[in-house]
Amino acid sequence: MDFQLLVDIFPQVFLDGIILGFMYALIALGYTMVYGVLEFINFAHSEIFIVGAFVGVELLLGLKSVGLLDGLPWPLVLVLALVAGMAASGLLAVTVERVAYRPLRHAPRLIPLISAIGISFFLQDLIRLFESLWRNAFNLVYPTIDVLNVRFELTQTLDVSVKSLVVIAAALLMLWALHVIVNRTKIGTAIRAVAEDQAAASLMGINVNRIISLTFLIGGAMGGAAGVLFGVQYGLINPYTGFIPGLKAFTAAVLGGIGNIPGAMVGGLVLGLLEAFAASYLSLLTGGAFGAEYKDIFAFSMLIVILIFRPKGLLGEIVRERA
Amino acid sequence: MSPYSVLALAAVALSSLAVATAPRSVLAFLAFQGALLFVYLARIPTWLRVGLLGVALLLLMPLIGAFNGYYLEVATQVGIFAALALGLNIVVGLAGLLDLGYVAFFAVGAYTWAIFGSPHANVIFGGGFPLAGAWFFAFLFVGLFVAAVAGILLGLPVLRLHGDYLAIVTLGFGEVIRVLANNLDKPINLTNGPKGITPISRPPAPLGLPYGEYFYFLVLLIVVLVVLVNRRLENSHIGRAWEAIREDELAARAMGVPLVRMKLLAFACGASFAGVMGVLFSAKQVFINPESFTFLESIGVLAMVILGGMGSIPGAVLGATVVTVLNLQVLKGLSLWLNELKNAGVTVLGYSLADLPTQFEPAKYERMIFGIILVLMMIFRPQGILPARRRQRELAHLER
Repeated sequence: MDFQLLVDIFPQVFLDGIILGFMYALIALGYTMVYGVLEFINFAHSEIFIVGAFVGVELLLGLKSVGLLDGLPWPLVLVLALVAGMAASGLLAVTVERVAYRPLRHAPRLIPLISAIGISFFLQDLIRLFESLWRNAFNLVYPTIDVLNVRFELTQTLDVSVKSLVVIAAALLMLWALHVIVNRTKIGTAIRAVAEDQAAASLMGINVNRIISLTFLIGGAMGGAAGVLFGVQYGLINPYTGFIPGLKAFTAAVLGGIGNIPGAMVGGLVLGLLEAFAASYLSLLTGGAFGAEYKDIFAFSMLIVILIFRPKGLLGEIVRERA
Repeated sequence: MSPYSVLALAAVALSSLAVATAPRSVLAFLAFQGALLFVYLARIPTWLRVGLLGVALLLLMPLIGAFNGYYLEVATQVGIFAALALGLNIVVGLAGLLDLGYVAFFAVGAYTWAIFGSPHANVIFGGGFPLAGAWFFAFLFVGLFVAAVAGILLGLPVLRLHGDYLAIVTLGFGEVIRVLANNLDKPINLTNGPKGITPISRPPAPLGLPYGEYFYFLVLLIVVLVVLVNRRLENSHIGRAWEAIREDELAARAMGVPLVRMKLLAFACGASFAGVMGVLFSAKQVFINPESFTFLESIGVLAMVILGGMGSIPGAVLGATVVTVLNLQVLKGLSLWLNELKNAGVTVLGYSLADLPTQFEPAKYERMIFGIILVLMMIFRPQGILPARRRQRELAHLER
């Protein structure tokens, strides 16, 4: 085993892990906010996330076809794509809640979960249907913006591309904004009140339904932003791409303590790092016997272990189980 | 003879005639299935019901298969999925444990026979394989046992989890099994990775029966056995204990229901049915690879259980039939029909169908079907099409 190699790749793997971690963190917010308020796993969040990526790619391809992709300054293009993705995903999340979850709010716990699984599958094929009719293709590639692919060589073994920096900056900015909204504004107070006790919140004059819609809007928008960033960073998307990152992000949310917003970030980063290291080191350490393919098993096994031994997660408080 | 009896007889006779005269028509075969459902539901004497169903399944179905072999394949698939749905019905419907990785047990059974029933085992153990086809019958029990053990292994760590967490963990378990099947071609080549295992031995068919018919009868036999086992279980103290756990774990425990043992038993029972069917599936297909055991399949089986009605045995069979026929016949039929229309240059409202994008194939939208079934059933009829009697009463009580 080449010890020097292990040391050399360390910084690059670490950076990749951080980027992946922020991606997971942004997606995890959608799961964790909804769980915090409704104690319900929004299984369709992975598709809400990938819809953001599709709206982003459609916008970029549209700009490209009218020749504006290189004409407009790239930060503006990126902001446009992010805003479009966030709006689409946020509205989709609100619609899904209104149509498929709200009628089931007082049903036994498994019923809305099954409905959410149904929505998840339905949306996957709906995206496929739409893109097949619209573009006659549903595996789409993000158009490249040259500036974003510039790489800086920091050291001999570590280089970082502009798009990675953009991903990290955007993720940090959004996490900070969410933190402010939830903790410093009146709306945030209302969200926390509804999460605490719906009946009491409604007695205090809070419109519970509206706050729940708002929670879905914010969580969905974060997912949509993550979708656009995912597309920019990794390039290739199809309607089924969202599922595994969604599941991992849920793992991240549970890892950090579900219902807990800083927890989602911590969980995302921990999971991203663990996965990046598993992907690059597992094969090296076992002499090729176990390859990077096992990183998925790694993530899921971790989910199982956490749920069994520390269900409240790293930062979480104990979430009351509803019957 | 009551008018219903006459109707039932006429329905079965006419629809079989229709299939015989128009063996390529999907509608005729659907009518035949509809006739069977009518026979099951109509108010006719039990002897007539059992007799008609027996004649239809034992005699008419193989005859139809002689006209159009594909229908026999569809019927066999329906049987396989019916057994899976009945197994999942125990875990989800009776015990109330939402298992999203159920197809993993199917995979365990399938790989058990695939490895030993094919030359692939030589890679692991040296020589002496494949085992002769007659071993297949022994492996039905081996598959049952191995899958049941897998069920207990999954059950043990997740016993403490409730509701949706349990669902996610079983989903993870299903994915783990699939990833393992995909990657265990090294360090020891157990599963041959994504390339899959082939050729898998088949049991010798008696009396020179064609394999299509033979596997149809095997599947039918297993489904009948599974239904009988299910019915006995449902009304036993075990079945009642499961339903008690589903309704209220705390109360069940207070009444002396051994939670751990009953939950493990539910996982083991559900898994064992899938294991048996897995063994049969691998022999029938001759070739298996991890593609057959994805999350999509788990959700498909779940959609069958939900559609028919959680906890309902006839519901699980009906759900399996409807979903399988939708997938194998209606969607594929739509695709073929659309292609015919395209080739014929048909225009709809001035839009030429030939201009439809080539990527648009109705046959590929099974996820959409599953999704629509799950959502609509949850919102409008959570008790399913043929609800279990006990379940029906509970949900009526909830809506009040």
